[in-house]
This record gives sequence, C-alpha cells and structure tokens, in this order.
Amino acid sequence: MRHVLSALVMNQPGVLAQISGMLASRAFNIDSLAVGETENPELSRMTFVVHGDGRQLDQVRKQLEKIVTVVRVLDYSGEEFVERDLMLIKVAAESGSRSEIKELVEIFRGRIVDVSSQHVMIEMSGQERKIEAFIDAMRPFKILEMVRTGRIALLRGSSMSAETPAGDVASA
Amino acid sequence: MPTATKQKTGQTTTSGAEILVESLIRQGVKCVFAYPGGASMPLHQALRQHRETLRTVLPRHEQGGGFAAQGFARSSNDVGVCMATSGPGATNLVTAIADAKLDSVPLVAVTGQVPQHVIGSDAFQETPIVSVCQQITKHHYLITAADPNCTESVAQTLRSIPRIVKEAFYIARTGRPGPVLIDFPKNIQLASLEGEIDYDPPLFLPGYRPETRTVADEQIRQVTAAIRRSKRPMLYIGGGVVNSGAADQLTAFARRTNIPVTSTVMGLGGFPGDDPQSLHMLGMHGTVYANYAVNEADLLLAFGVRFDDRVTGKVSEFAKHGKIVHVDIDPAEMHKVKEAHIPIVADVKGFLEKLNPAISDDDIPDLTEWWDRINGWRAEHPLSYAERGDHILPQFAIEELYKLTAKRDPYVAVGVGQHQMWAAQFFKFRKPRRWLSSSGLGTMGFGLPAAMGVQTRHPGELVIDIDGDGSFQMNIQELATLTCEKLPVKILLLNNQHLGMVVQWEDRFMEGKRAHTYLGPVDHPEWLGEGDGSFYEETYPDFVKIASGYGVAAAHVRRKSDLAAALEEMINHDGPYLLDVICPYQEHVLPMIPSGATARDIITE
Repeated sequence: MRHVLSALVMNQPGVLAQISGMLASRAFNIDSLAVGETENPELSRMTFVVHGDGRQLDQVRKQLEKIVTVVRVLDYSGEEFVERDLMLIKVAAESGSRSEIKELVEIFRGRIVDVSSQHVMIEMSGQERKIEAFIDAMRPFKILEMVRTGRIALLRGSSMSAETPAGDVASA
Repeated sequence: MPTATKQKTGQTTTSGAEILVESLIRQGVKCVFAYPGGASMPLHQALRQHRETLRTVLPRHEQGGGFAAQGFARSSNDVGVCMATSGPGATNLVTAIADAKLDSVPLVAVTGQVPQHVIGSDAFQETPIVSVCQQITKHHYLITAADPNCTESVAQTLRSIPRIVKEAFYIARTGRPGPVLIDFPKNIQLASLEGEIDYDPPLFLPGYRPETRTVADEQIRQVTAAIRRSKRPMLYIGGGVVNSGAADQLTAFARRTNIPVTSTVMGLGGFPGDDPQSLHMLGMHGTVYANYAVNEADLLLAFGVRFDDRVTGKVSEFAKHGKIVHVDIDPAEMHKVKEAHIPIVADVKGFLEKLNPAISDDDIPDLTEWWDRINGWRAEHPLSYAERGDHILPQFAIEELYKLTAKRDPYVAVGVGQHQMWAAQFFKFRKPRRWLSSSGLGTMGFGLPAAMGVQTRHPGELVIDIDGDGSFQMNIQELATLTCEKLPVKILLLNNQHLGMVVQWEDRFMEGKRAHTYLGPVDHPEWLGEGDGSFYEETYPDFVKIASGYGVAAAHVRRKSDLAAALEEMINHDGPYLLDVICPYQEHVLPMIPSGATARDIITE
C-alpha cells in the first residue's frame, strides 16, 4: 500500500543526511523524498512516499520519530490532502511535431518554459498519476532529459500539521 | 560559579573548553575517561584545573576509555563520559559508541575537532565524526559558530555550550538511554567569553519527548486478565528492567504470582539468579528448561526486551503458543520483530508500580502443574559440564569463583565469546548492574576496560574481569591504567589459546576445520587444527610476564587441584591481579540452539 508521510524536522545542517542514512541503514524503501523550508524558518518539511504493509510503515514512522531533530511525523493516508509533484522535461521537438506537443501541454495544463530549434522544455506539476501520464504522452517524441522534485503534500482544510516547536519544548 | 581563569581588569574570561568542563561538572560528572591529542588539548588543560572535583582517568587507548565510561554507567545510574581528540582519537571511540547504542547505555562522548576554518579540507587528523556516528548515536552535536570570524557569533556559540551539554546528558539518560556525541572544534575551545555564563539554560528539544505515556487502567486490566486466564505464563525480562531500576518491583511481581522468570543476557540480575524461581538465561545458550518453557508458554510477559535474534532463533516459531505482553519504553520496539497482543509503551518500573497493586488473589493462576513440568525439564537437563581429570574447565573455574565471591556481590565484566556465555550461565547475579557484558554488539575487548570503569565508580568493591585470551588481548594495554590509576581489578583469564566460540562453530558446522582461530604461532600443528588435542605445556603469549611488565601481580594455574588456592590469592590480593587459567579448548558452550533454529533443535551434547 502507498503511504504519504509528512515530517516536520528542525532546519539544521545534517538532518537530511541523518534521515536518509537511517532509512538506508534500516533497508526501508522510499519512493520519493522532498524537503524544503516551511512558514517557520526553524523547521523544514519532508514528504515521503513509502510503499509497504502496515507494519513496515509503522516502523518507518517510529524510527523517524526517534530522531531527536524530527519534531513530528504524520501519516496522510486516509486523510484529505493535496499532493503535487513538479517536473521539468526536455523533449526533442522538430518543427513537424511542435504543435502536437504544444497541444498536449495545454491538455495537461503545463507550460513551455524553453524552446530551441531542436527541443522544448516543459514545466508540469500535479499529482503523480498525471505527471506519469504526461511522461508517457511525451515518449513518442523522445525525452531528452527530465527531473522531478518528488512529491509534496499538505492536509486540506484549516487543520495544521503541527504546533510550533516553542509549544512543546521539553523541560528537564 | 563560573570558572574564574584569567583576571583581566576585573572581568572574568572563560574559554570554550572551560565552559564545557564546567558544564560537565554541573551535570554531576565525577569522572571522565579522556585521551588527549592536538584538537583536545584545551579541554585537558581545563580538566587539569578541575582535577579536585572531576577525576580524569587516562586510558591507554580511546576504545578503552569508551568502554571504561560504559562500565561506569552500566554499574550505576550515571551517564558515562569519555573524551578523545579528533580523527583517529574519535574513530577509536566509534566501537564503544556503537556498543552503547545497541545495549542502551547512557554515554556522552566528547571529541575534539579541527578548527572550523579547516573543517572539510582534509586537515591533519580530521574525520567527519558526526557523519560517521550518525546512525550509532542517539543524538549528536557539532559545536560551530555561524561565522567563526565574527566575535559576536562566536560568543553566541560559547553561550550555547551549557545548553548543549545539558541536552546531551538529558537525552543520554532519559527514555531509552543511549550515546550522545559532542564534536567540539578547537577554535571554539580556545575562544573566550567575558562575563557571567548561564549554566542552567532551558533545553530546546522540540522533537524529543521521552516522557512515557501513562499506563492506562484498561491496559493494566488486560494484563491482569491475561495472567488470570493463563495456565503456563512466563516472564521474559531484559535490560529494560535493569535500566529502569525495576528489579525490586519485578521481583515482587514474580514472587507474588509465582510466574517462572527467564532473562536475556542484558537482564541478568534483574531477578535474583540464585532464586529457584529463576530459570536463568534463555536463547541460543540459555538453559534447556527456560527455552522449553518459553516454547510451551501460553502467556509471555516480555518486559524491557527487544526479541533479539539470539533470543528468538526462528522468529515465527518463538513462543508461538503464547499471548505476548510487550512492555518497553521504546515505541519502535513494539511489533518490530514479533507482533505483541498487548503492546504497552512504558517504563517497566512505572508499569510494574501500577500493575503490582492491581493484582488480586483471584488473578493468580494455579501453576502447580506448570511448575511440575518445568522442574521435570530442569531435572532432566540441568546446566552441566563433564570432568576432564585434573584439567581446569572454564565452567568449573567460573563456578568456583562464584562460590568464593558470592557473599561479596562482586561486579563482573566479561569479554565476548565462550567465557562470556559460561559466565552468564554459571555466575548467578543477585542484584542488577553487577553484570557487564557487551551483549548487542558483542565487542571483544570489552571486559578489562569496562571493569576498570566499574572500579573507578565503586572503589571499595570487588570488581572482576572474566576474560578469554582472545578478548583480553584486544584491550590488554589497559593493564597500565589499572596500575597507574590504582584500580585493583581482578582478571580471571580463561586461556585456551583459541578463539573458542569460533572454534565451537567450526566444530559444529564446518567439520572442525580451523581457520585462523588458533592464537599461537603458525608453525604449531594447532594452526590448522592438527594438534593432538593435548593439554598445553606452553602457552602463548606469557600473560604473567606481560602483566609483570605492566606492574600487575599475576600467576598461572594449570591444575584443578591448585585452582581454589589460586583464586583465593587473586581475590585477596591488594591491587590489580591477573590469574592466567590454562584451560582445554575442546569445551563447547551448551546448550546451544543453532542460529535461526527453534527450541526443539536444542543441542545438549
């Protein structure tokens, strides 16, 4: 089963390395990992996509929670959330195929961001399935290069994923 | 009091190294095991200043220092502290840190680091020790200034040192204990700060919540109901019982309910080993009766344990007839290896304090039949060993030592291998924290330095290192520390000239083919296993000569008839002592459940 986990981590050097190292050393398979700053400069948000049964997922979550710099881990499975992936894709585009590519980009609501006589570069964002469908649609034109950010996700509605860290400072 | 060092125009100036050492003192540290080097010299200068309040023991190898700090911690409730310089000093601590992680030992390791402006340049004695240790520490710090050239930024970093040290100790000792690393670049050690320093700042650990959830009444009811319904309950206790200080509560619970108790290697001493209710150790080299009982149990009360593979063998077969109640402080241990029917995330002591008063007489099942079966197994398969004329069998030596010292409740540290398992089998521990064994990582060379740390913590007590000749040689240099620091550790060296546990596996699973398991010269026939198996007239090396070179009193003993006197001599010696006991190497640790097998596959001869 596919799960989307969202972790708030302290925005410090080495945190990403530690988390990816933990996942690797415990042989957890991660499909996608994206990290970036949040509204609070002291925190970063990491979004993981994990495949596995309930027990494996439970272990991933608990091992993440054991890391001192990981403030909070949420499993979005079963919740209402918005999920996006951003892709840049470079496709070979001879003059003959260009209009067809342009049409497909419009259907998928992407944007052409760079053009030369030989290629076009397209920016595409959306859910994983849409991105993958677009990649399939581009294959006949020959994909030259592509890059994806990995999945990011947030819960719908006004609910927040975590309190601010100041709220639960441990006391000795 | 801030440390007054240099008086400049009435202002107090304190260096980063002094702030760190003062912070250690504020944490109640009485002793550090520290080996100096270029990047940690300022720390040692500060330690020298504070030598009246904080003892610094100089080990002869950083790994020895790391294990000594572990010995200090394992034998008490204190956090152990070790210190090393950058690069090789730091990497020499790695094994002791990994060991502390697997056995949940509270440890703070401080390493010097090259100055900040050369970090990342492959500087002399530079290793990225924080990266190296990331997966083997509970937490780690690298103390750096955002801008090392800016006085205010450096001052801010200096002011953060007391918080970092306070957090490190808090993390090391709370929740499931573990090692914390503080990597400390030399430029920050040398930088100084004027004015007062706040040594008791608030912690900032938004992601660390070690406070355990309170045990719900409903959970207690589930457990008492499970006990009431059981006919064949078993207690399976581990290091968590020792770490949480729950030995008294556990003993009270066991005595009240009459449930048989078996222990992991880490749990020995959590329940008195000389009590008839104890079935002793379970697992690969556990007793037949403990393993049979767990296999047949209909209720397994697993307290402070982690279902290690050396305990379970084949996981799907382990305790498969039983309902499992798993109590542990670490949520990640729940269902990690074995699905628990009643998982309870709690400190074992807190849990038992709630469970004990909740048990009524009606909850206690009649175990007469169950005990009859267990006692049958016990009578049929007691722990035993053969006789070999006047040769001293290692099991016999340990049993003799136990009989001679039982009244003094000695602390016993061990290396890793056959002698370790025999000590676990034949030395009965009546109190927690008396038994020190590298159990999870299984680090040879643990015994001597660990014993050294115990003796530092408990100066008047009898501290014994039961060691093998292989393990002992991995940290033999610490004999110097015993002499120079006046630590009267006794060493019972079970010398069979081989790496006995590997030899045993060669004998059992590899047709007895010796592959680098003989510790004497290569031109001896034993090197390839072609000796006639006779008793050694000469052993290599001469441990008595080595000990004497280090100023440690020592003697050889070869005959069973001489052993008792030799042991008496060792125990009563005023100062460190090495007794080199020459043993045959043909003995196997039994019983044995082969790796990945089940209790039914137990080998008893």
